[in-house]
Parts: sequence; structure tokens; C-alpha cells
Amino acid sequence: MPNNLPVLEFKSSTFFAPILILFNNDIVGIEEALEKKVKLAPEFFKDSPLIIDLSEINKHSKEIDFVQITQLLRRVGFFPVGIRGGNEQQNQQARELFIPIDTVRELTNLIITDEKNKPEVAQKGDSQAMPATKQETINAIPPRPVYVAATLVTQPVRSGQRIYASGDLVVMSQVSAGAEIMAEGNIHVYNTLRGRALAGVHGNTAARIFCFDMQAELISIAGDYKTSEDLNKQTYRNPVQIYLQNHALIITEIV
Amino acid sequence: MARIIVVTSGKGGVGKTTTSAAIAMGLAKKGHKTAVIDFDVGLRNLDLILGCERRVVYDFINVINGEASLNQALIRDKNCNLLYILPASQTRDKEALTQEGVGKVLDELSKDFEYIVCDSPAGIEKGANLALYFADDAFVVTNPEISSVRDSDRMLGILSSKSRRAERGEEPIKEYLLLTRYDPERVKNGEMLSLDDVQEILSLQLLGIIPESKSVLTASNAGVPVILDEKSEAGQAYADIVARYLGEDCPHRFVESKRGFFSKLFGGKK
Ligand SMILES: Nc1ncnc2c1ncn2[C@@H]1O[C@H](COP(=O)(O)OP(=O)(O)O)[C@@H](O)[C@H]1O
Ligand SMILES: [Mg+2]
Repeated sequence: MPNNLPVLEFKSSTFFAPILILFNNDIVGIEEALEKKVKLAPEFFKDSPLIIDLSEINKHSKEIDFVQITQLLRRVGFFPVGIRGGNEQQNQQARELFIPIDTVRELTNLIITDEKNKPEVAQKGDSQAMPATKQETINAIPPRPVYVAATLVTQPVRSGQRIYASGDLVVMSQVSAGAEIMAEGNIHVYNTLRGRALAGVHGNTAARIFCFDMQAELISIAGDYKTSEDLNKQTYRNPVQIYLQNHALIITEIV
Repeated sequence: MARIIVVTSGKGGVGKTTTSAAIAMGLAKKGHKTAVIDFDVGLRNLDLILGCERRVVYDFINVINGEASLNQALIRDKNCNLLYILPASQTRDKEALTQEGVGKVLDELSKDFEYIVCDSPAGIEKGANLALYFADDAFVVTNPEISSVRDSDRMLGILSSKSRRAERGEEPIKEYLLLTRYDPERVKNGEMLSLDDVQEILSLQLLGIIPESKSVLTASNAGVPVILDEKSEAGQAYADIVARYLGEDCPHRFVESKRGFFSKLFGGKK
């Protein structure tokens, strides 16, 4: 029987990969900062693809060895799948490592950082198209902020389950003890929160957590966290909002 | 097409096998051709509770491996000719249980049976995951204690994410709570979680409460599912559960202690 079925097909698609922006060539500092991040959400970062952005480093003409960075990232558990903002030498190194070179769209206004207190690394989630062809750099059009749709969850989040949202996360049902919900943006739980809730996981210090019935095991915003032991008995079982103020988590009742 | 029910819990010793035997018998007694499968490879409890251990020739894994046909392995129950048991293997290793193999057996059973009850082993490992993978309904067996409730919650997470229905994006498995070994007296004394405590954490549709009852042990020693002991509270509770599952309207019993009424009359004295 003749086989007329095609052997392959190309489809356009979007590939999600966080972008790692390096501000500094301090390898030890980078490694420490990365390990801290990974510890916070090990399952999320495990085997995560990553695009390495060197534009900040190169802007300040700091030397960095791309091969060394790649090795470090792989060791920590990431899969570098792209480089952007690299110079000629770095791009060549990337080619030799079979890492694709991504032509950069201007990104700076999307990076969430505290200018006074720049972190060693900042990560910015971005839906990054990775077609085989090169993208044209569009300089004429001013960059627009990326709108990431909120993730809506209506089923209970049970113990052992984990939910990650690249924007805001809205949960209508209960979050059990032993469950973990994470968002790059804000978290809203219109029900009982017994598990762990981590908002602003990529460093957005303006992210907030809102919840209807506060019984969380752990809450965190941009890496600053409190466990149930430190949580105020007064706000326990009440509707609250949680936000960051000078690296301190503030929990207030919503009335 | 058969409806596949998994009886699951996470925790061991909470009453899954007792429940599997009881509800499978209950469904068969109501005129539905039912098969009950023991997924607990290496332990083999179900055939004991159903009193057919001496008639086991071939088992579930023989069928999966093609060493026996389903008809050869299925054991017809001595009390009800619409109930069939597919026993677990006591000797073979657990690796023989594969998703493909289980799927094939369930497909074949589905042609001929109305209900297939899968008695899950404890834990959240392969055996338990396979028992629930093909399910349409889940009976989550929980004891009124915190560790059992926690494990059930975890099982519910697996039900909603690791089942065939979840993988295919189909309508999710229907989840029901069966609160077993409930002792209203001990609940009142604060030694056990109450139904409300359990539901605050699980918020599931309650299919029934099975009271702690000596008749369960007596029945299992006799190799007769407790549902056939119509005088026992546990037997009645399981009969109610089957009726509710089949859509009959049947108010919940066994929540309050029997002595509750009298102790109220006599000023709370026990
Ligand atoms: N309602 C009940 N009242 C008293 N004992 C019970 C009840 N349900 C189960 N048991 C007992 O608990 C033990 C474990 O039951 P089993 O059904 O084998 O649990 P599992 O299959 O979850 O491991 C058995 O000894 C059984 O007789
Ligand atoms: Mg058992």
C-alpha cells in the first residue's frame, strides 16, 4: 500500500522560556543568586529552558565568559536555549555550543528591578517566539508592555499539586495544605488558602496576595517570605491582603 | 460500556478493600453485573474478604501477560451470580502491572459488565496510580483522622491530574467521600475528627458514613462482604451508599451517636 502520509509538518508556535538578565560578571555571585532562586521553587526551575540576556553586561563593557555561564546554568539545572544581546565573540561561543542567537527586541522598560538596589540577576518571564528564522528588529515602533492573561483556577488545588502562572493567578476554590501556588504577578484566592502562596516569583516587589480565608503554610512576595509560625493570629482565618514594604511583608485585613 | 469505580485513599488500612467488596456486592445485588479487581499485587486481600481464596487459579497478572483468558481468571461469587472477582497475584512482582495491560483488561471487561470496581492498594505509587487511571468515579475512603484526610487530599490531587480523563481533558472523575470507621462517641469526645472537620478540608460530595463496627471483622473472617449482614450498621451504611450512588434519595445516617438523644434527655450525662 503506498504511503501518502506526510512525514512532517511545520507549525508556528510560541515557546515559553524565561529570560535571565545578568547585571554583573561575578560568577560566584550569580551562582549564589541562582541557587537561592531555585531553592524557592525547585520544581518550577528544574530543567527549565532559559534565554540568557547579556545586553546589560555588554552595555557596561564587562567581560563575561559565555561558556562558563552556560556550564554554570546547566549545573544548577537550567537548559540555556538562547542568547540575546551578546557581542560578536559571545555569539560565536553560543554557536559553537549550538545555542541559537536571538535578535533582541528592546526590553528594558519591561524589566522589573529596583534601580537603587539592582539584584545580581533578574528574571523576566516572556513568551518568546523561537522560530528558525531571524526576527527583524523593529526599531520604529516603541515597545509596548506585554500583557499576560491571568490564570483562572476553579478546581480545588490539592496537597501535592502545584500551579504556576506567568501573570496573575486567580483561584476560586480552596488551596489545600501541601499545595503550592505561584505567580509572577498577584495572587487572588477567593476561598481558603492553607497551602503555600508565592507571588512576584520573578522579583516583582509590587505583587500582592489577596485571600479570603488566610490559613497559609507560607506566603512569599518576590522572595521575602513568612511561614505559618510567623503569621499573626489576628489575621488567621480572615480575609487579608499581603504586600511588601521595605522588604517586610505586611498583612492587613480587608474589611 | 461499564462504569469504572476506583476505591482509593492514599493511606492503608482505612477500609478500601472492605468497601470494594461491599459496594461491588451491593451493585450486583441490585441487578448490575459487576466485576471487582484487586490491584494490590503481592497482598491479595479481596479474595479473602469475598471468601473465594480457595478458588483462585489464575490472577489479574496472568490475564495481563496473556497466560490466561479473562473467563479463566474471573471467579463468580458464591452469594451472587452477577458478581465476579479478578484476584491479585500474591507472588508476582508489581512491575508486571502496566498501563497498557490494565487498559486492555478493563476494555474487555467493559463489554460485558455494567460496573467495574477497582480496589486500590495504599500509597501514591504505581499500583495506586494504575487503579485510578481509567476511572470514571472515585470513592475516596477516609478515616476521621488528620493523616488519613491529608492522604485523601493528596489522592484527590492525583485523581484530578494523573487520570486518563485529566490527560485527555475530558470531564473530570466524579469524586465521592466515604467516611469510614466513624465513631460519633469519639467524635464528641474530641478523639476523632467530625464530619464537618473532614469536609472543611476535603469539601467533597458525601456518599456515606460507615460507622466503626465489629461486624466488619466478623464478616471478613467469614468471607462474606459486610453489606450482606443487613442487621449490622456497617452493612446498612454500605447499602445506603450503593443506593445513593445509583441515584436513590436516602438521608444520611450514623452521623449522630445513638446515645446522643438520650444523653440530651438526661442532661448530657453519659
Ligand atoms: N467500618 C469498620 N469498622 C471496623 N473495622 C473496620 C471498618 N472498616 C474496615 N475495618 C477494618 O480495618 C482493617 C483494614 O481494612 P481494609 O478494608 O483491609 O483496608 P485497606 O484496604 O484500606 O487497607 C481491617 O481489619 C478491617 O476489618
Ligand atoms: Mg486493601
